[in-house]
Amino acid sequence: MTSTDRTGAATDTLRGGPRRRRVRTGVPLPLLVPALIGLAFLIVPLIALLVRTPWHSLPEQLTSPDVWQALRLSLICATLATAVSLVIGVPLAWLLARVEFPGRGLVRALVTLPLVLPPVVGGVALLMALGRNGIVGQWLDSWFGITLPFTTTGVVIAEAFVAMPFLVISVEGTLRAADPRYEEAATTLGASRFTAFRRVTLPLIAPGIAAGAVLAWARALGEFGATITFAGNFPGRTQTMPLAVYLALQSDPEAAIALSLVLLAVSIAVLAGLRDRWMSAG
Amino acid sequence: MTRPARAWDDRRMTETYDVHADTAPDGLDARLVVDRGAFRLDVALAVAPGEVVALLGPNGAGKTTALRALAGLTPLTGGRLRLDGAELDRTPPESRPVGVVFQDYLLFPHLTALDNVAFGPRCQGATKAEARAQAAEWLDRLGLKDHAGAKPRKLSGGQAQRVALARALATRPRLLLLDEPLAALDARTRLEVRAQLRRHLAEFEAVAVLVTHDPLDAMVLADRLVVVEHGRVVQEGTPSDIARRPRTDYIAQLVGLNLYRGEAEGHTVRLDAGPAVTTTEELSGPVFVAFPPSAVTLHRERPTGSSARNLWRCEVAGLETHGDQIRADLAGGLALAADLTTVAAAELDLHPGAEVWATVKATQTHAYPV
Repeated sequence: MTSTDRTGAATDTLRGGPRRRRVRTGVPLPLLVPALIGLAFLIVPLIALLVRTPWHSLPEQLTSPDVWQALRLSLICATLATAVSLVIGVPLAWLLARVEFPGRGLVRALVTLPLVLPPVVGGVALLMALGRNGIVGQWLDSWFGITLPFTTTGVVIAEAFVAMPFLVISVEGTLRAADPRYEEAATTLGASRFTAFRRVTLPLIAPGIAAGAVLAWARALGEFGATITFAGNFPGRTQTMPLAVYLALQSDPEAAIALSLVLLAVSIAVLAGLRDRWMSAG
Repeated sequence: MTRPARAWDDRRMTETYDVHADTAPDGLDARLVVDRGAFRLDVALAVAPGEVVALLGPNGAGKTTALRALAGLTPLTGGRLRLDGAELDRTPPESRPVGVVFQDYLLFPHLTALDNVAFGPRCQGATKAEARAQAAEWLDRLGLKDHAGAKPRKLSGGQAQRVALARALATRPRLLLLDEPLAALDARTRLEVRAQLRRHLAEFEAVAVLVTHDPLDAMVLADRLVVVEHGRVVQEGTPSDIARRPRTDYIAQLVGLNLYRGEAEGHTVRLDAGPAVTTTEELSGPVFVAFPPSAVTLHRERPTGSSARNLWRCEVAGLETHGDQIRADLAGGLALAADLTTVAAAELDLHPGAEVWATVKATQTHAYPV
């Protein structure tokens, strides 16, 4: 490495031009130009959103009952979906990280599938499972009279389906990094495996769980495809912010921009909250 | 030097175990068999209450596996495990009356020292207040009263070690296991903590088994040593017995002796390694011969007037400083280690490859039957 630097410095002194000097900073043009285009590609839309925001009518837009309704529903559903993901996702992550069982790799792959599955497909799959004629849904309907699609509960289910894998992956990673010998130490002190999990492992992985929950919450808040497919688009009942944005864009673009701004603000807040953790985790 | 003979690998503690089984139903009586692919641990252990036994052995000998098997963290694939007459083979770790001090202590980082120690009593059904009261008592007993509220990362190595000991003792175990209890400490703390630990172990009324690769720790802390190599017990006895009569190269190196195996006939032992050694003991049959490196005298010329009966022509294979001494590793007539002062080494002009004559007086050797 040092020798390369020296060669570079020597050539640089020989030629002495400003062009050579730029190369010495280590960014060749064929990489720099596409990189800058890429940066602009990601940032310009966000700037455009800010530029076109109707700042003067923003307070009015955000306090309109429609927006408020969609925002409230979004926050409630995303929070419930995160809660559901925590209750069933953390134990699932523990199972994947700590218990050896046949087919564990396959199970992990299945858990990750919703991460890459198009959300609309997820919505269709949920309909097939929990719809009134779905393989589980028909029993829920005939035995308990429970109908899930096109209800607020349906929104929570659709969001949890899409968001939970984020939590599971995050928590499983934290669990793998955590020293399992703490659990062993707890067992030698008389703790059952569940007590060891509750009193030792859970506090140790709390930061990972928090990060996973925030990630899942953000994903649930932005969820569109699975929600509109499985739960529909009924204002006040299943119309969450992303759905409202999409709909507003066709009738009232200013409202759409205002709503988008709110979601952007939430995303930035989430990112800021997670930044330290991601930085330190590499 | 001799290779450890197969016979020794097979010789286990069966005799000792039988004696204990007849006279003392209390305490630990175990034969730990753990198969792990190519590695097989097969160690018999019998320890009376109040006795401290050290499992001593090189890395990878299976000591920690034995300890984990005793704690129930690694399942036995064979053998037996009885503590105070009760079968423990199939008891899950949380139900065993066993306390463990782990090598790096594994204090729960999110709990204070007090809550770490209270964890055990709490799991055993004590109320929070009771558990804390007991924990405070243990911390007090171990001189940690002032650190009860400290999180583990605020504790020094020695303090953390004592908290770990308090945590293990707070469950009132009938078997206390310590895995390399001093390995995580720096040299200075180690001296102090070793003395403290010795005192606490002496007060402990039940069975204590510690695992270490450090002969000094083992000899200071334990009443009896069980030397484990390649998953087998190769020698056991009191520290002084083992220091005087090592039976494998590993132990000989630990206690700093040159060790050879040979066939004795009167005062002469014909070594398996080739030359003969004259000893003061009169024996016959297979024997070990041991002598300390300090008993070796080196000469550049073949000594003529020396009264030493044992004389070998050797070559210096290596030199290293050993405190204020020089340790010379010799090869040739007989592979041996010799200690000499720095001045002597300079006068002899020792350097790797130099030819020397090594003499050892018969009175400095020690022969004992295999």
